[in-house]
Amino acid sequence: MASGVKPRVKVPKTAAAGETITIKTLISHKMESGQRKDDDGNIIPRSIINRFTADFNGQNVIDVTLEPAISTNPFFEFEAVVPESGEFTFTWYDDDGDVYDTSKKITVS
Amino acid sequence: MDLTRRKVLAIGSGTLAFASLTGLPAYASLADEAISALTGGANIGDGVISLTAPEIAENGNTVPIGVDAPGATQITLFADGNPVPNVATFNFGPLSASRSASTRIRLAPTQNVIAVAKMEDGSFQMAKAEVKVTIGGCGG
Repeated sequence: MASGVKPRVKVPKTAAAGETITIKTLISHKMESGQRKDDDGNIIPRSIINRFTADFNGQNVIDVTLEPAISTNPFFEFEAVVPESGEFTFTWYDDDGDVYDTSKKITVS
Repeated sequence: MDLTRRKVLAIGSGTLAFASLTGLPAYASLADEAISALTGGANIGDGVISLTAPEIAENGNTVPIGVDAPGATQITLFADGNPVPNVATFNFGPLSASRSASTRIRLAPTQNVIAVAKMEDGSFQMAKAEVKVTIGGCGG
């Protein structure tokens, strides 16, 4: 599942210092659970994203362990504190070893 | 060793207690086992943790679940009717604001969704919600 994986993240562009902001993340991924069978009755092997992390200027915000019970196109919504201007980095870890990441800048006014 | 009546009774009740203990895991569900593996058998209380789940999910493939537990360092979600009861584990870092998170999960049949939060003092709290599923989300 190295093709067609596209992370999308919604972070406000500006915030006040110490303000709590809401972050929404979505990544397109089929999240094959390893429970389904194809037309011939063979089990389709598991292929999921097994870990997601969000960091701000090197400090961790949230670290999620995903199991096959997470839906297709994993979505997460959570809240973070922004002490200063900087950059959020979001990282997804695939079962097949691929790592997808994206980052968003935020300015504290 | 002379066996008095009292000693024989003590031995008898001891083996009986042992037998009933070893019989227990066969009845405990996978989810209970997963939860006790997480907590190490510690007591789980109710408390500030709250779980937001729909009462009826028409499509078991995407069920929106929200969990909120102020003071938690880690929240783990379980679904007790899925083939694999573990759903997700949220570990909160120093910049996490509200110790809450939302996601979308798969549910196979109608079942309970369980959230177990590990608090800062090492205790555990649990919240449970039943979700009725119209179309199961396990494929196959």
